[in-house]
Amino acid sequence: MIELTSASATAFVAQAVSVFDVGDGFVVPLLLKLVFILAMFFVVPILGGYLEHKVMGRMQDRRGPVEAGPFGSLQLVADGIKFIQKEDVIPRAADPWVFAMAPGVALVPVLLVLLVIPIGPGVFALDLELGLFYALAISSISTLGILMGGWASANKFSLLGGLRAAGQLIAYELPLILAAAAVALQAGTLSLVGIVEAQATFLIPGTDINLWYLFPQLLGFGIFFLAAMAELARPPFDMPIADSELVFGYMTEYTGIKFAMFLLTEYAGMIVMGGLIAVLYLGGWQLLPGVPLPGCEGAGGIFDCGWQGQLLGVAVTLGKMMLIVFLFVWARVTYPRLREDQLQRMAWLVLVPLALLNLAVITVAKVVF
Amino acid sequence: MATTSPPGVGLLKGLAVTIKHVFSRPSTQMYPKERPDLPPRSRGVIALMEENCTVCMLCARECPDWCIYIDSHKETVPPAKEGGRARTRNVLDRFAIDFALCMYCGICVEVCPFDALWWSPEFEYSEYSMGLLLHEKDKLREWADTVPPPPPLEEGALPPAEVADAIEKAAKQRELAAAEEAEAAVQAEATTGAAAAPAAGKKAEPEIEVTAGQIDQETFDKLIAEGKSERIARSKAKAAWVKKEKARLKAEMEASGGGEAAAEAPAPKPAEVHVEAGQIDQETYDQLIAEGKTERMARAKAKAAYVKKEKARLRAEQAAAAATPAAGTPATAETAEAPAAEAPASGAPATDAAPASGAPAAKRLGDVHVEGTGEIDQETFDRLIAEGKSERIARSKAKAAWVKKRKQELLDQEGDA
Ligand code: SF4
Ligand code: SF4
Repeated sequence: MIELTSASATAFVAQAVSVFDVGDGFVVPLLLKLVFILAMFFVVPILGGYLEHKVMGRMQDRRGPVEAGPFGSLQLVADGIKFIQKEDVIPRAADPWVFAMAPGVALVPVLLVLLVIPIGPGVFALDLELGLFYALAISSISTLGILMGGWASANKFSLLGGLRAAGQLIAYELPLILAAAAVALQAGTLSLVGIVEAQATFLIPGTDINLWYLFPQLLGFGIFFLAAMAELARPPFDMPIADSELVFGYMTEYTGIKFAMFLLTEYAGMIVMGGLIAVLYLGGWQLLPGVPLPGCEGAGGIFDCGWQGQLLGVAVTLGKMMLIVFLFVWARVTYPRLREDQLQRMAWLVLVPLALLNLAVITVAKVVF
Repeated sequence: MATTSPPGVGLLKGLAVTIKHVFSRPSTQMYPKERPDLPPRSRGVIALMEENCTVCMLCARECPDWCIYIDSHKETVPPAKEGGRARTRNVLDRFAIDFALCMYCGICVEVCPFDALWWSPEFEYSEYSMGLLLHEKDKLREWADTVPPPPPLEEGALPPAEVADAIEKAAKQRELAAAEEAEAAVQAEATTGAAAAPAAGKKAEPEIEVTAGQIDQETFDKLIAEGKSERIARSKAKAAWVKKEKARLKAEMEASGGGEAAAEAPAPKPAEVHVEAGQIDQETYDQLIAEGKTERMARAKAKAAYVKKEKARLRAEQAAAAATPAAGTPATAETAEAPAAEAPASGAPATDAAPASGAPAAKRLGDVHVEGTGEIDQETFDRLIAEGKSERIARSKAKAAWVKKRKQELLDQEGDA
């Protein structure tokens, strides 16, 4: 981590400055960044979860939560308090250490990915030169936590769920990375801030029309979106949990706060994936393609903003994240769960070849133009 | 995926379906805050019309859960005719349904040959202890007050056989009463005013018997408050009503004095005071509902209020009518037709057992028997629904409104005539 940070400091790409780097001190910016990351970690997933509850409820002709807080908005907070109070059961046959560590191993990587996701002009904790690589590499560690949980529970359902999760995550990691690689290729950088900047300045060759990467890489976007949904093990890709056949998959034996940590992994994972999609394909904090935020100058009108521009940028990114969460929920409510073999076939026979094709096309286009 | 549509279209169609539902009204009913909108024939709780039960034990035998408990004993009834054979009769001692065991299959209701068991939509009778779910017959009888009236007949349908019978019976009774009245009038001319009184009293008797379903609400309430069982209270209240009625008739008879008037004036009374049990006083009802009382309680109280009001009003009118007696006696027959035509099926609980009392009566509001056979006042219904009332409440209110309107119309017509 520290080495990575120092590497980025000496990078040749002009580094964007985080708004949290106030003064020359070390402690104050660090604390500010911690507060920012933790807020992103606890508050935004609750927003996403609330959106999921409400949208899913309405799609199923229900109302969703209505009692806790105004319009039920504090339902997830209440759930969290409930989970904390519950008894923490560890099965006698379980491997207690691995069992206890598994939720943490699954959860912490999601927290770490939030470090590099920019959600506004200058609003990020770190701008790593290898940001995209870092995000994808760290997030696969979650799989390890899930596998640990499945193995340590000493329960056949957990084990099956854990193995399915491992198989699924490995299968979908590939198209995810290939799609992201095409974006990095087109942007010419792995820095997430750099990718946003590249999108703000990307013009259709021969014209001066600005476009987000969503349009040239529509195929890549679809692949990334599907793979992200599978990575998060959300329906219709929830074979590892598959409550109708595996009880609750790798989470079967988990109770109380550990169960809550797995749940938070899922919700925070949705936010992280939403953030990545917003950054990679939807132009980050740009309001519309080619429309600079008010008060912003710099490249493509996305840097050097006043505080209003920064707030607006944050709001725009959060809005895009919520849009992605909405799409996740929409797909979840609409489609039935895939079978394990369909799931694998889709990854290896459809998504991987398409992702390779996408990468090849982008490469050729990059060279030609 | 349908073979006719290109691949992927089915997936999009699925998305369209779910997104459409985001914008449709959720079907959630906020139950503890709002009354749920139950279908009228919901299986909430089983009600027992104890009067109809003959202790045939069919229900207890057919119940798959064996959760109906019946105890009874036999009583010997003396022969009806001299020299006849004494008969035995079953008397119900205990009737209990254990709702902790009941699975709401409805077999007992289906199988009862005497219409003694009914479904009521009431469902809020959870208890903290399982034992309290054993409802004894008093409680089961109370549920009978909550059974909704049967759905209206189709337009142009023949009335059910028992209703047709009741209409015929009522017509006969009317003739009989008219004949007796004529006799009494003749007698009254011949005798003194004092002698007329017992005659009138006698004449009133069959009418009171016809309306045997009437109870004296005061007595009933008092007895219930004293902790008597509902059955005893009900029967005593009936007796009390009959007694009161007779006393009142006698008193009025004496007060009205003169020979001819004595014969004329008492005649309308029994019919007037016959107040249909099903009617409720809408004002009281609304007020009680607004105070947060349960619908059942409100209905019962509103019924009592109605009876009380009606009586008071009739008494006042009586006083006024004393000045101009015999105001419209000839037209009686037509007015009386209305109630008879609507006489409901025997044994339908909570339907208003409008007894076919064909008394020769003056035209007064109390006489205009308009009985709800299911017609509702659409305006009122729509308004209440728009106000967010549950359909059940709206329907019952709309029925009451219809009855009220109908009465007013009939009165107006007569006024014109
Ligand atoms: S509804 Fe209940 S009481 Fe009646 S027969 Fe079925 S189980 Fe028995
Ligand atoms: S079937 Fe009906 S009449 Fe016979 S015992 Fe049961 S409730 Fe009474």
